[in-house]
Amino acid sequence: MTKIYIPLDMAAVAMGADRLAAAVAEEAARRGQQVEIVRNGSRGMLWLEPLIEVETPAGRVGYGPAKTKDVASLFDAGFLAGGAHPLNIGVVDEHPWMKRQNRFTFVRCGIIDPLSVPEYEAHNGFKGLKRAFEIGSAAVVEEVAKSGLRGRGGAGFPTGIKWKTVADCAPGQKYVVVNADEGDSGTFADRMIMEGDPLALIEGMTICGYAIGGSKGYVYLRSEYPVVAKVFQAAIEKAREAGWLGKNIKGSGFDFDVELRIGAGAYVCGEETSLLESLEGKRGIVRAKPPLPAHVGLFGKPTVVNNVLSMATIPMIMEKGAQHYADLGIGRSRGTMPLQIAGNVKYGGLFEIDFGIPLGEVINDIAGGTRTGRPVKAAQVGGPLGAYVPQSLFHLPFGYEEFAATDSLIGHGGIVVFDDAIDMSWMARFGMEFCAIESCGKCTPCRIGSTRGVETIDKIRNGQDVDKNIELLKDLCHTMKFGSLCALGGFAPYPVESALRHFPEDFRKSALEAAE
Amino acid sequence: MAGAAPYSDERAREIIAAHMGLEGPALPILHALQAEFGCVPESAVKEMAGALNISRAEMHGVVTFYHDFHSAPQGRHHLKICRAESCQSMGAEKQANEFLARHKLDWGQTTPDGSLTVEPVYCLGLCAHSPSALYDGEPIGLVDAETLDSLVEEAKGK
Ligand SMILES: Cc1cc2nc3c(=O)[nH]c(=O)nc-3n(C[C@H](O)[C@H](O)[C@H](O)COP(=O)(O)O)c2cc1C
Ligand code: SF4
Ligand code: FES
Repeated sequence: MTKIYIPLDMAAVAMGADRLAAAVAEEAARRGQQVEIVRNGSRGMLWLEPLIEVETPAGRVGYGPAKTKDVASLFDAGFLAGGAHPLNIGVVDEHPWMKRQNRFTFVRCGIIDPLSVPEYEAHNGFKGLKRAFEIGSAAVVEEVAKSGLRGRGGAGFPTGIKWKTVADCAPGQKYVVVNADEGDSGTFADRMIMEGDPLALIEGMTICGYAIGGSKGYVYLRSEYPVVAKVFQAAIEKAREAGWLGKNIKGSGFDFDVELRIGAGAYVCGEETSLLESLEGKRGIVRAKPPLPAHVGLFGKPTVVNNVLSMATIPMIMEKGAQHYADLGIGRSRGTMPLQIAGNVKYGGLFEIDFGIPLGEVINDIAGGTRTGRPVKAAQVGGPLGAYVPQSLFHLPFGYEEFAATDSLIGHGGIVVFDDAIDMSWMARFGMEFCAIESCGKCTPCRIGSTRGVETIDKIRNGQDVDKNIELLKDLCHTMKFGSLCALGGFAPYPVESALRHFPEDFRKSALEAAE
Repeated sequence: MAGAAPYSDERAREIIAAHMGLEGPALPILHALQAEFGCVPESAVKEMAGALNISRAEMHGVVTFYHDFHSAPQGRHHLKICRAESCQSMGAEKQANEFLARHKLDWGQTTPDGSLTVEPVYCLGLCAHSPSALYDGEPIGLVDAETLDSLVEEAKGK
């Protein structure tokens, strides 16, 4: 019996993984070959998806990107024994792209069957939770704080402080809420971990519940991720069957359960207070802070809201110890960052590495430059509210403060690369338009400002009073930045201002054309 | 394709009742109603307002806030085309505009025969395979003009 891995990851499915798995099963049956097909998560080398891996004595040998039309030739080439074939990439663990990483949060993703509790356990799963039960709630909070972990959802708020705030609230109903809204363009790490290692998220939530004294967790997942919903729901059920969720977990006396909820296509519901409103069944309108969700959160109860990656990293931190994690990274950016490399790149995918790697190294070296073969013009880092970073800043080391020092953001670690065909005034317009479409409508600078922003950029693009309108646009950005209640309106100026600052010529094209 | 069942108040009440045990049941109910009927008609909103003990205006406000919920039936099939930044970096905007023009459609519209509704979506998490799309919940990476056109044909058939 040969074990074959074909990812169930949505990106792999988008490239034909489901059809491929069916074709491999069929061909094996036709040839009388005994195979076991495991639907794993993605290894993150997304340009190779669907990537078939075959277990051989030498290790797991990869073939990708594999199409159904390649199946017969793969069998002919003896791929079940790791045979030579044009798609053969060798032992996957030895691939240079894999070897350069420091997989920590993603250590099991793509390796194990995501829905097998025994395999999860065999790969150190639930060790973190067991240790949590041994050392007690207060020590868990302490450990998370010592690790230096900062929320990976964008703002980078220290996770330990958040947990301590909720833990210190009077006993009673408290909630663990996981933000799986991942609406940023260029991000897919939350999706990948939930498809490839969902039990890590469940374990992280359980550790959090234990640490703060809460017995109920919700995962708020965006509706654009149908594959995740299926996999994660199945993982919850597996964990429950195995006694890792529910009453008196493994005889610890601790009760905890997790429920999956699906959003309904509103970007702003990724903002934590809007998310809570949505979970409560209301319009996703942002709440004014304070009170913080840590004090008055879901249904008015103390609530931890954490991003998927923050929560899924917890089991590893608990298992390896805070110091191990704190020792990685630069400055106040501790640990590793799962970078999401996307857009116009040759090698797009998920690349997890310690904080501090220069942006240019990621784009030009790891990502291999643009897919179109044209020169790189800019990269938008940190989603639609992130700045456009020009080549001149590619020396920037990846870290929260390092990026902030140049009016840029790292956000959720998404990197979208553009070649020189891009018109930055168009992207600035798009940024404003996105804000106008997705604004929750609560405050004027965002609700009205974004619409006016689109109009003003249109005028600039038409060559109408360009200088005056650029001044007006800057003024508008200033008002939105400092007058908005939440970061949707408050950060929408980042893409616009950075485009203006680094690519002023793109806003004067029509004026130049007119002058000619 | 889900959402083919004709609307009835009685069935809507059943669906609502099945979710009333949840904390904050509104979104799960709305998803279930839309899965059953293909949309959330005004009568269902009225039923929900009653069951959740809130005003109809408030319930209406909830339904209309979210891009996913529709008050009237949509096409039998759904095509969501991504127009967020990563897909734009690979020419998605031009491709989508040309596609819409070829089929005389605008964003959010349905083909005259009622077979396909085309909507914009802002990132599907497939950004390493930009441009991308979602057809009846099935993700498609590196989508091109030919594939988009073939989906219009495929939708017609069923
Ligand atoms: C408009 C907007 C959208 C956001 N979207 C997300 C999201 O999709 N996922 C996420 O984890 N955080 C998102 N955030 C940040 C959350 O408000 C919050 O800071 C985060 O979930 C906290 O988790 P963390 O501490 O683990 O980062 C968003 C914020 C804003 C203003
Ligand atoms: S900034 Fe925009 S999204 Fe945020 S609260 Fe104000 S209107 Fe709502
Ligand atoms: S931007 Fe289109 S899939 Fe992410």
